[in-house]
Amino acid sequence: MIRFQGVHKWFGTLHVLNDIDFTVKQGETVVVCGPSGSGKSTLIRTINKLEPIQKGTLVVDGRDLSDPGTDITRLRAEIGFVFQQFNLYPHLSTLRNITLAPIKIRRLSRKDAEEQAMALLERVGLAEKRDAYPAQLSGGQQQRVAIARALAMKPRIMLFDEPTSALDPEMIGEVLQVMKGLAHTGMTLVVVTHEMGFAREVSDRITFMDYGKILEEAKPEEFFRNPRHERAKEFLKEILSPMH
Amino acid sequence: MDTGFHFQVIWDNMAHFMIGRYPSGPVGGLLLTLYLAVVSCILSFFGGLILGMLCVSRNRPIRYATLAFVNAVRGIPLLMVIFWMYFLLPWLLGRPAPESWTVIAALTLFTSAYMSQIVQAGIESIPRGQMEAALSTGLGHNQAMLYIILPQALRNMIPSFVNQFVSLIKDTSLAFIVGVSELTHVATQVNNRTMVYPTEIFAFIAVLYFILCFALTELSRWLERRLAWRKSI
Repeated sequence: MIRFQGVHKWFGTLHVLNDIDFTVKQGETVVVCGPSGSGKSTLIRTINKLEPIQKGTLVVDGRDLSDPGTDITRLRAEIGFVFQQFNLYPHLSTLRNITLAPIKIRRLSRKDAEEQAMALLERVGLAEKRDAYPAQLSGGQQQRVAIARALAMKPRIMLFDEPTSALDPEMIGEVLQVMKGLAHTGMTLVVVTHEMGFAREVSDRITFMDYGKILEEAKPEEFFRNPRHERAKEFLKEILSPMH
Repeated sequence: MDTGFHFQVIWDNMAHFMIGRYPSGPVGGLLLTLYLAVVSCILSFFGGLILGMLCVSRNRPIRYATLAFVNAVRGIPLLMVIFWMYFLLPWLLGRPAPESWTVIAALTLFTSAYMSQIVQAGIESIPRGQMEAALSTGLGHNQAMLYIILPQALRNMIPSFVNQFVSLIKDTSLAFIVGVSELTHVATQVNNRTMVYPTEIFAFIAVLYFILCFALTELSRWLERRLAWRKSI
């Protein structure tokens, strides 16, 4: 579904992605973790070309992103993206946030789009917030609306870029629950997160990054029980018991 | 020697100040000033919108050409632009153009350049994440601009637009240089005819300009407060 082969990317002289080989199969849930600045956000943002790559091959859903002939706008419609900062449209109601793209891109009638949006809001537990504006919602609610917005395009792949990092602790659970539900539907998920509970329980595989490289890939139980790479050991120690 | 303020001269010429020689002649005075300002304002709103969008275009040659044009216009005195239009417009049209068109064209060009900077700043003030979110749902760049970025940016720009409109009203006074009988031109005419009341006449039109501009500035403040309140709910 997603295949990186020898992918490189630089920000100026900073080598943010260094020879990445990485594959995600259809229906898999892969968690990408690593210290901040390790390149994990950049990695996930290249999958829908919010960041272009400079070298290597990146094929998503059978389409080559390094080929200038690829219609990136159409590909993006097949890929849902959830941001750390939610990025809901503040001037539109919850319902309009969700129905905008289906109406403009999928040419759905307003009625059909709204029915579909209500079903999605039901699923993320926010049906009663259909007419609320983003500023009236809590962080956790905003993120759930953002997930519904992404799902409204019926994507084949969902990408999550630290979806719970900007949330108050008591709101993290409600967002993770929605994501867990998605993983069980067989959708392809790539999740950048520090939520090791989610990684352990829901993911098929954990990818550990640092210095722009993938240092380790393993099944969750294996990664937590016996991390091989020195940096992965330090990272796990740091994140599982920050006080030591 | 009589040093009193002669309201009578204002009163006697009130119709002239307000509407020029209309209905026996063309419309002039305050009404023409408002006409020039409103028409130029509407045109330069769209002119500024287009130029501003081109200023943030992803196409480098288009962006640089537009920025060069905008900066060139901003670097020229408005009076110079009016003179330019005075000679350029008849040549472009291939026939004589009414002076009021000259002035509207010059004011539109000049104000569009300033408006474009407001539009550019407004677009750039919207967080990057908004464009990224819109692109991520499959919207094209132009659709994202139209449905997501501009509606938010325009709301932020309203106070700056009103300020620009206030400047525009004051700038219409330069139309007198090409003989358009707007408020300032009418004032010089009345002054030439009555000879001895320049203080009264120019004080009066100064007050007129002030009332217009002050009212608009207050409107802008009110709008700002209202929009701030709507954002905070």
